[in-house]
Amino acid sequence: MRLEKCWFCSSTIYPGHGIQFVRNDAKIFRFCRSKCHKNFKMKRNPRKVKWTKAYRRLHGKDMTQDSTFEFERRWNRPERYDRNVTEMTLKAIKKIDKIRVDREVRHHKMRMKGKKAFEQQAAIKELENSIDLVKAPVALQQAKIKVEVSRSQPEGERMEE
Amino acid sequence: MVQYNFKKITVVPSGKDFIDIILSRTQRQTPTVVHKGYPISRLREFYMRKVKFTQQNFHEKLSAIIDEFPRLDDIHPFYGDLLHVLYNKDHYKLALGQVNTARNIVGKIAKDYVRLLKYGDSLYRCKSLKVAALGRMCTVIKRISPSLAYLEQIRQHMARLPSIDPNTRTILICGYPNVGKSSFMNKITRADVDVQPYAFTTKSLFVGHTDYKYLRYQVIDTPGILDRPFEDRNIIEMCSITALAHLKAAVLFFLDISGSCGYSIEQQAALFHSIKSLFMNKPLIVVCNKIDLQPLEGLSEEEMKLVMEMKTEAVKTVLAQGGDSNDEEVLLTMSTMTDEGVIAVKNAACERLLNQRVEIKMKSKKINDCLNRFHVAIPKPRDTKERPPCIPPAVLEARAKANEEKGKRKLEKDLEEENGGAGVYSANLRKHYILADEDWKEDIMPEILDGHNVYDFVDPDILLRLEELEQEEGLHLEAKADEEDFEMDGKELTEEERQLLAEIRQKKNLLIQEHRMKKSTAESRPIVPRKFDKDKKYTSERMGRELSALGIDPSKAIDRARSRSVTRRGRKRERSLGREGADGEAMDIDDELSNKKLRTRSRSRSRSKSRPPGEVTPGEGFKDSAQKLKAIRIAKKSVKVRNKAARKGEADRVIPNLKPKHLFSGKRSIGKTTRR
Repeated sequence: MRLEKCWFCSSTIYPGHGIQFVRNDAKIFRFCRSKCHKNFKMKRNPRKVKWTKAYRRLHGKDMTQDSTFEFERRWNRPERYDRNVTEMTLKAIKKIDKIRVDREVRHHKMRMKGKKAFEQQAAIKELENSIDLVKAPVALQQAKIKVEVSRSQPEGERMEE
Repeated sequence: MVQYNFKKITVVPSGKDFIDIILSRTQRQTPTVVHKGYPISRLREFYMRKVKFTQQNFHEKLSAIIDEFPRLDDIHPFYGDLLHVLYNKDHYKLALGQVNTARNIVGKIAKDYVRLLKYGDSLYRCKSLKVAALGRMCTVIKRISPSLAYLEQIRQHMARLPSIDPNTRTILICGYPNVGKSSFMNKITRADVDVQPYAFTTKSLFVGHTDYKYLRYQVIDTPGILDRPFEDRNIIEMCSITALAHLKAAVLFFLDISGSCGYSIEQQAALFHSIKSLFMNKPLIVVCNKIDLQPLEGLSEEEMKLVMEMKTEAVKTVLAQGGDSNDEEVLLTMSTMTDEGVIAVKNAACERLLNQRVEIKMKSKKINDCLNRFHVAIPKPRDTKERPPCIPPAVLEARAKANEEKGKRKLEKDLEEENGGAGVYSANLRKHYILADEDWKEDIMPEILDGHNVYDFVDPDILLRLEELEQEEGLHLEAKADEEDFEMDGKELTEEERQLLAEIRQKKNLLIQEHRMKKSTAESRPIVPRKFDKDKKYTSERMGRELSALGIDPSKAIDRARSRSVTRRGRKRERSLGREGADGEAMDIDDELSNKKLRTRSRSRSRSKSRPPGEVTPGEGFKDSAQKLKAIRIAKKSVKVRNKAARKGEADRVIPNLKPKHLFSGKRSIGKTTRR
C-alpha cells in the first residue's frame, strides 16, 4: 500500500480515494478527487491554477529546495528487514516533519517580511490623497493657519516681553 | 511424425494474374461511389481505405507464399538436400527473398501514401495519390514476376515428389543403371515403376511399401549411379546420392553378375568402393542379380575376388553394428526374372534393418514408451522351494537409511494436511525468512506514518543524516536569533491620523456599497426627478450636517440654498423691490434674517392653516377620524404601486419601450413561437 500524490494538486491520495487514469502511452495519472480530475479533463495546466502546489512552488510561495525533501525518496532497492532501522526510521520521520514544518514557517515569514513597511507607506499615501473625503480643504487650510499663528504667537509674546 | 506434404502449397499466381486478382478484389470489396461534394474527411477515408485494402491483400498473399514454401534449413536434411539438388538452394532462397522484399516495399508504399492522403485537400488530389500508390505497388509485383514464375514451377515439381518419411523403416536400392533395381521393386511392392532396356529409365526416386512381420517398410528405388567423380554427377544421380546420404535405411547394393546391363563387374565394384563411405552405420546387403543368366559359381577368379572384397566390406558394417559375422546374410543371390531368392533378399534386408532399429531404441529413452508392448513371461515353479532374489546386505542398509531420512523430513504438504487441508490452513511463509535476528520474523512493519510512506524513508544511515540535518537547523536558528526585525521606518502614524484613515476607509466602503446597490437595482428602480426624493437626501439639513462634519461652517450655504428655492423665489423678488428705498444698514440685517422670518411666517394667501391629518371636517363624508385615517391609508396604499412605477397619476399610461426585445425575439426551449 502506498500513498500517492495527486498529479494535479500534489496532495496525498489515501487508499480508497480518487481516480487513476492510464493513458495509451502507459503513463498513469492519479487524482485525489473529482475536482482535480475535472480540471485535468479540461486540459488545465496545474502550473497556472492558483491553488495547486505546482503553482505555489513555481511562484515561490512555498519552499522548493530543501534538505528535508531528500529524505523522502523512492528507493527501488529492496532492503532486508531490520527492526532497529525501522524503529529509527519511524522516529526520524517525526523529527524530519517537525523541522520541515519549522522551515516552511520561516520561509513564509521571510516572504511576508516587508509587509508592514509597505502597508504603512500605502496608508500614508492614502491619507494624503483621500483626506478630502473627511476634511474639506478649506478646513485644512484654516487649521494650518491656526497652527502657524499659535506657533508664531509664543514667539511674539516672547518678543513683547 | 510430420508428413512432408508439399502438395498443400497454394498456387503461386504469375505477376500479371496476381495484380489482376488483387485489383479486382479491391474494386469489388471497397465502396466505389464518391463525389467531390463530400466532406474532405470522407474523401480521404475513402481513398485511404482503398490503398490500405490493396496493401493488406498483397501482404496476405505474399505472406502465404513465404510461409508455405518450406525453409530448407528447417526441414529434414534429406529433403533439404533433395530440394537443393533439384532446384538450387541459393536460387530458391533468392526467389523467396525477393518475394519478402516485395512485401516490405508494398507495405512501405502504402504507409507513405496513407500519410500523404491524410493531408489531401481535394478529391482530385486524393484520387491521384491513390492511383499513384496502387500503381507503384503493381510495378513492384511486376518486377518480381520472374521469381513468382520460378516458384510456381518449383511448387508443381515439389507436389509430385514422392512422400518419403525419413524416419520410418526404409530400404534403399542402389546400384548401376539397368541392374534390375526397378524390377525388384515391382516384385516386392505394388509400385509400378517403368522397366525398360535402356539406362536411366528411372529418373527420380520412387517409393513403394512392403510388409514384413506385421510392419510396413518403405522401399525406395533410386536412379542408377555411374562411377564418376562427385562433381561431375548430374541431378538424377545426385538424387540417389542424397537419399543414400541422409536416410537411415538398409541398403541393398545391386550387382549384375551377367554383365547384361552393359557394365562389367570391375566397374560395379569400383562404384561400390567409391560410395562405400555412404554405407556407414547402415545394414548393407550385396545382392547379386540376374543369376539366371550367370550363376555366382560360374564367375571368373578375378570377378570372384572383387565380389568377395565387397562382401568383406559388407561384413565390416555388420560387425560395426555388433552383430555376428554371418556370411549368408551379407551376400545374396537372386533373379527377378525367375523370382528366385527375391523373397529371401527382402526378408534379409528387413530383418537386418529391424534388428538395428531395435538396438538403437533399446539404448535410447524411448524404451519406456515401448515397454507396454513387452510381456515378461514368468516360468512356472517346478517345486515349492523358495528362491528369493539375492540382495547384498549393504544395499539393504542403504535403502533403509534413505527411507528413514525421507520419513524424518516433514513437508509443508503434510503440515497442511494435518491442520485441516487446503482451504483451512494457510502456510506461514515467514518461517523461512532470513533475518539478522530470529525474533523479527513475526514483526509487522508499518507502511504509512503521518501521511508519508515509511519505505521511502528507510535507510540504514538515516541517523547520521538526521544528525546532520539537526545541526543545520541549529545553525539556522542561531542566525535567525541574531537578525532583528528592522521593520519600523520611524514614519508611524499618530492616533489622530489613524482615526482619520479609518474614517476615510469607512467612507470609501460606504460609497462602494451604495454604488453596488445602485448598480444591481438600476434596472428595477425608477429614476425619478429630485423633487420626489424618498430618502430625503437632498435636504438642506443634511447638507448642513455633512458640511459641518467636513469642518466647514454651513450656515451661509444653507441660507443661500434656501433663498434660492422655488417657493421663495417669487416672494424674495417682491420683497427686495419694496426694500430698495429703505435704509442700507437695516437692509443688511433684514436680509440676513429674511429667510428665517419668511419661513416661520404663515402664508395665508396661498395656503390655508394646516390641520392635523385625521381630523374630520364636516362635508367630507366620514363618520369619524378613524374612518378618515383608514381612508387615507387606503388611498396611500393604492398610490404606492403607481409611485413606484414612477407614474404621474392614474392617466399616465406611457410605455417607454413599446417593443421590448425579450417579448418579440428569441427561441423557446419548449413550445412554439407562432404567436407572441
